[in-house]
Formats: sequence, structure tokens, C-alpha cells
Amino acid sequence: MKLAQSSYADVLVLSPQGRLDHDNCAEFHLALDNYLEQTGDKSTRGVVLDLSGLEYVSSAGLRCFMLAAKQARAHGGRIVIAAMQPVVGEIFEISRFNLILDAFPTVLAALESLSPESAQAYDQA
Amino acid sequence: MRVRFWGTRGSIPVSLTWRDLRDRLVEALVAASGRQLDTLSKAYDFLEQNLAFPLRHTYGGHTACVEFEPGSDEYFVCDMGSGARAFGEHVMARHAGRPATVNVFMSHVHWDHIMGFPFFGPAYVAGTRIRIHGCHDVIEQAFRLQQSPPCFPVPFDQLHADIEFVRLVPGQATQVSGVTVTPKLQLHGGDSYGFRFECGDKILVYTTDSEHKLENISNTEGFVKLFRNADLVVFDAMYSLADAVSVKADWGHSSNVVGVELCQMARARRLALFHHEPANDDTQIERILRETVRFEELTRQGHRLEVIAAYDGLELDL
Repeated sequence: MKLAQSSYADVLVLSPQGRLDHDNCAEFHLALDNYLEQTGDKSTRGVVLDLSGLEYVSSAGLRCFMLAAKQARAHGGRIVIAAMQPVVGEIFEISRFNLILDAFPTVLAALESLSPESAQAYDQA
Repeated sequence: MRVRFWGTRGSIPVSLTWRDLRDRLVEALVAASGRQLDTLSKAYDFLEQNLAFPLRHTYGGHTACVEFEPGSDEYFVCDMGSGARAFGEHVMARHAGRPATVNVFMSHVHWDHIMGFPFFGPAYVAGTRIRIHGCHDVIEQAFRLQQSPPCFPVPFDQLHADIEFVRLVPGQATQVSGVTVTPKLQLHGGDSYGFRFECGDKILVYTTDSEHKLENISNTEGFVKLFRNADLVVFDAMYSLADAVSVKADWGHSSNVVGVELCQMARARRLALFHHEPANDDTQIERILRETVRFEELTRQGHRLEVIAAYDGLELDL
């Protein structure tokens, strides 16, 4: 699975593409791990998972998000979700992940929730 | 094969409160205002055609007890939750006092799955044969224990029926009066077992009190094999997926979402959401059903899976 990366001030934006299901969630989890180790230090306050390119997520994929959020918290950082496609948004609500993970309609709104500097950097980019 | 649900609630029996009943009556009366419902048949028609399921019905409150009729004189039932009392009345009425043969299959012996047995009428009828099948070595102990003083006034040894405990082996298919049953070990405190029942060309899977670890691919494959081409999968959908993988991880239960995914992978025909969370009222269960139907639509890849929510009294023909 493709996992594009970009940085805005002290926030990392990761953008998975395609489908996240039982077949590739282990690979996705490993890829996320590398980035999550950076969260919590001064240079990376948090991570935004930009899901605008994600077409489908299975229960195993959702669990990866939950584990990532837990891991980020353990490092003193935070992960939020942004820009879900309608289908993924519906799956998110049906599985009640909207109750355990913060989700925002746009990447900008997600960045604003993490740090003003990152939102400003995104706006200027 | 006909399947009857005598108990569908998880963990502990629940019932409608007087407030629930009053509120439903009030809503129904308001909905009926201005209509000429002067006969019972008009009122029944109005009820069926105009009122939402949670207003005219209840999912019910008995704990796990699911009967299936493979087409023989003998009875087959999964678990002896509090629904077993009503199931016992059904057996007694149908047999008109004559002794019956009842084959019981125990997923495990947690209290909500055995609590109906002391109230199971046929156990008190001499000549009745009750064969209690399961994979645990503590089934007889559990049945005897709950009827020991000071918990219950009638000791197990005073039951008049001929009661036999039959040990099944996980993964091994066994013939029980024309039905092939294959148990499978499940993740639950003290272990539980799911059952695949095959009779003629019909397949029923009963899988309750079972947690699924999504990261474990071989676990998933094992359940896909258990569910393969089933006509009906009765599935523990007690929690939301979010709860099942976070605050309620390791509590031994599963979710509607995982039920759909496993059934889709196994190309099962029908999924019955089962072991309803006792904290959920009828409106909440109805919402979960609606969302699960939608989830199946969103994730369908060719094969259509029918999704229903089991309720006490539901009968299905496979």
C-alpha cells in the first residue's frame, strides 16, 4: 500500500491510498510504526492520517488506526483522522470508531486541532 | 431445517419495563389517532403495516437457547440459557406428556448459558432422554453445581429424565442422530466452542461468546472454514467493533462488523446478530441491524449476505 508523507511544522501528514484490509494491514501497521516513533518529540507533535485517498477500510485496518493512536499517546503525541471518503466515513461510524478517534472533515481542520503552526504552514504551502 | 430462537440476549436476561411498555402504547395510540380500528384484525394490520419494529415488537430478553429441527423426532438445541424454560414448554406441549429425546450442544458453561436447565420441564419427565454434548470436561460439574444447595431446591440427581453427558472433540465431525456436528475452539474466558451442523444440504453455524483477533490470519481462516457456505450463521455481535478492539478487548465477544466480514469471506447466506448486549434496548438493536445491513451493502463484492437480528420467538426456515 502506498503511504505518502508530508510535514507541516510539527505535524506529519500520512496519506494511505487504495484499500486497507486483512491482506495489507500488517504492512500498513509496520509502515506506520516507523513514523509513530517520531511522535511526541519536539519536532513532531502529532500525525494526521489523511484518508482522502483511502477507498475502503476493513475491521483489521480500523484496528491499526486504534493501535496507532494508542502508540502515539504513549509517546506523548496524538493521531487524528482527516478527509475520509463517504464510504470510509460510513464504515467509521457504523463501527463506532467515531467515538474513540478524533476525525475532521479536512486536513486543515485536523492540523488546526493539533497545532496552529502546522495549519499555518499548510495554508502557505 | 427450521431454526427457533428461544433466547437471544447476552450475559443476563432482560425484560421490558413498565415505562418501556407505557411509552410504546402511547406512541402507538398517537400513531393510530383518527383511524377506525374497531376490529382486532384491523388493529393487527395497522400494527404490522404502520409501526416500526421496536414499537410493535421486542428482541426479547432470554439468554442463549437456539433450537433447530433437522426433520427427525428428536430435539436439537444449542445452549440452555433462560430461553430453555419456554423451549421446554414447547417440547412438553408437542409431546403431550410422552418422553422426548433432546440433544443439547453446549458452547460453554458460563451461567447465562446453563441457567435455564433447572426450569427445563422435560428434565422432570421420566423416560425423557437428554444428551448434553460439549467439549469441556466441566459440563456435568457445572450442571450439578447450579442445582446444589443453597442455589436451587431440586438437586440434579432428583431429575427424572435419563441425562447423559457426551464429550465432543474440537475439529472432529461426529454424527448425532443424522446430524453431523463439528465443534471449533473459540476465544473466550474458560474457552467456548462454536458448532457447524450439517444435515442434508443445510448448514447451520452457531458461534457465540467468541472473540476474534483481527491480526491473527490463521484464526480468521479457521472461522471462514467453519462458516463456509453456511445457510445461517448465528453470531455473537454483542459489541461495536470499536469497543471490541479497545475498552472491551479480551472480554470474549465480537461485533456486527466482524460477523459480516467473516460471513462474506465464507460466502455464507444469512447472518443472525445474536447475544445482544443487555444494555441495548430494542431501538438500539434495530439501529445496529440497520447499520449492519448498510455495512454489508457497502462492503459487498458480488455475493449478497442477508443480515437479520435474532429475537426471542423468531423462526427461520433454511
